[in-house]
Amino acid sequence: MDKFDTLTGVAAPLPMLNVDTDMIIPKQFLKTIKRSGLGKNLFDEMRFDDNGDEIPGFVLNQPAYRNAKILVTGANFGCGSSREHAPWSLLDFGIRCIIAPSFADIFYNNCFKNGILPIALPQEDVDKLMLDAERGANATVTIDLEKQEITGPDGGCIKFDVEPFRKHCMLNGLDDIGLTLQQGDAINGFEAERALSQPWLSL
Amino acid sequence: MGNPKTLFDKIWASHVINTQDDGTCLIYIDRHLVHEVTSPQAFEGLRNAGRKVRHPELTLAVPDHNVPTTDRSQGIKEEDSRIQVDTLDQNARDTGIHYFPMNDLRQGIVHIVGPEEGFTLPGVTMVCGDSHTSTHGAFGALAFGIGTSEVEHVLATQTLVQKPAKNMLVKVEGDLHPGVTAKDITLAIIGRIGTAGGTGFVIEYAGSAIRALSMEGRMTVCNMAIEGGARAGLIAPDEKTFDYIKGRPMAPKGAAYEQAVEYWKTLPTDDGAHYDKVVELDANDIIPQVTWGTSPEDVAPISAVVPGPDDVTDAGKKKAITRSLEYMGLVAGTPLEEVKIDRVFIGSCTNGRIEDLRAAAVVAKGRKVAASVNAMVVPGSGLVKEQAEAEGLDQIFLEAGFEWREPGCSMCLAMNPDRLEPGERCASTSNRNFEGRQGRGGRTHLLSPAMAVAAAVTGYLTDVRKLEIV
Repeated sequence: MDKFDTLTGVAAPLPMLNVDTDMIIPKQFLKTIKRSGLGKNLFDEMRFDDNGDEIPGFVLNQPAYRNAKILVTGANFGCGSSREHAPWSLLDFGIRCIIAPSFADIFYNNCFKNGILPIALPQEDVDKLMLDAERGANATVTIDLEKQEITGPDGGCIKFDVEPFRKHCMLNGLDDIGLTLQQGDAINGFEAERALSQPWLSL
Repeated sequence: MGNPKTLFDKIWASHVINTQDDGTCLIYIDRHLVHEVTSPQAFEGLRNAGRKVRHPELTLAVPDHNVPTTDRSQGIKEEDSRIQVDTLDQNARDTGIHYFPMNDLRQGIVHIVGPEEGFTLPGVTMVCGDSHTSTHGAFGALAFGIGTSEVEHVLATQTLVQKPAKNMLVKVEGDLHPGVTAKDITLAIIGRIGTAGGTGFVIEYAGSAIRALSMEGRMTVCNMAIEGGARAGLIAPDEKTFDYIKGRPMAPKGAAYEQAVEYWKTLPTDDGAHYDKVVELDANDIIPQVTWGTSPEDVAPISAVVPGPDDVTDAGKKKAITRSLEYMGLVAGTPLEEVKIDRVFIGSCTNGRIEDLRAAAVVAKGRKVAASVNAMVVPGSGLVKEQAEAEGLDQIFLEAGFEWREPGCSMCLAMNPDRLEPGERCASTSNRNFEGRQGRGGRTHLLSPAMAVAAAVTGYLTDVRKLEIV
């Protein structure tokens, strides 16, 4: 996983509630056995028409937002299916930070596993960043994870929360599995105790 | 005795291996379910890192999303689907996890297979790379969906890094009216709390209406916890739970079963335990539910009319309703019973169990699917299909003009050839009415199996209680 320390880029506005993972990456693109190459199908049914041509009105098809690195969107982003293809497709497109009033739990977790920073902010802060984002390529935003700060195009600064352990893993690009395997003794001990107290769980 | 604990608190506490300063825990995972869509990258990750599956015997895999529901003797026609299923075959062989291949009688939707096999047990932690893992909460198992990175983590370590959820109690008291089912309860709850109402919570469902449900009905309720935003639903295990589990192939047997039951009886929430949020519904108030929009929270009683943007004040919601109605091709104020449908889908991990097929067959018996409607029944597993055929349900469906298919996820998410054409409108017993879920441009109305049959025979969304049961 790539480290995440600071990120500067264009923020794209997607002012919709309850954007579900079927919208982010429709199921016909889940048939891959790879993690890569999904960016071209990100938001497929909103981004392309039945002939595969771009729908000009969709935000990521507009010249100012084609290289967006940040998405500003509505509440409950990422609801629905657990498909990690959703963060994979966002990442492959180039999105590394999503700002919304709230996120669905599984999607929120999946983002951190892939070096995407989901930031939940009060509605009024999201509204402000949404207005900034609607200004297009002039609206460059900087995210500083260490300081937990978002700096807008006018220099205004918004603080955000992130859990310390997740922040630590993101800043250092740490692999969860490697960290957990360092706790092998604790896991072995737990399993030994469980085999005695709940022997019916062994198969 | 310490502080009174909820069912969730007890399961959580018994699985924590250690806790960090910020509250992040390493928890043990007792049971892991795997399907072909969300696992290939996890197995690949293990291979690339030279890691092994820590406990292959605690993982059960089955292909379900991509499998055809028509004749399977020729294999899978679509190359990408076939590769995904073949990849699971190979990964299962290489790692020694339990595996039911496509043509095994026990194959089916992963969330139907787990309980059938006795793999799902009270008090366990259980995960799957699939959001509808919440289904298994019906047994008092802490069961939730995870992403593929977490699938890999569980395969490698049999643990997960998690923070505890908050406790929500949803209490449904009273008796259901005839014709009202578990599906109507779970839809009514989502209508009440909203699609994000359970975010950050585990929902425990309780009250006399929940206790009165069969295990199948309880699975339907917990299945859709995720549609209310909660990663897991829970129902306290009781005698019905213990009876359901007894004798199943992977369940404990003999003295081990007796010992397990004694433990399972200690799991229900203690009197006076604290819930962070409590929601109460009266079962008498619930009438058959149907969705009208593109989020499961867009739900109404069948007697209602299609709502419109003027019915809400929030600007974001106004916009969402306007977009929903445009996508769904509906006009605010139209009675739901005047909505004409083209397709009917009965099946899925929400409503593909034997009880669901029985409830559907009761309404279908002696009736005919409307000429304008194409209707299909997809059993949730090979064992459900076999049971239904033993009871003659397949004949009732076939005589009524339904198609009778092979088991799988099918048109719930349309990864196999079962899908809606643009603009087609479907009465569906599945769990998501998202845009494009059942096929690009397809329009989904979620409802119960009995209501789905009522729609099939009349050609319109219909209150099943108006149909005489013969």
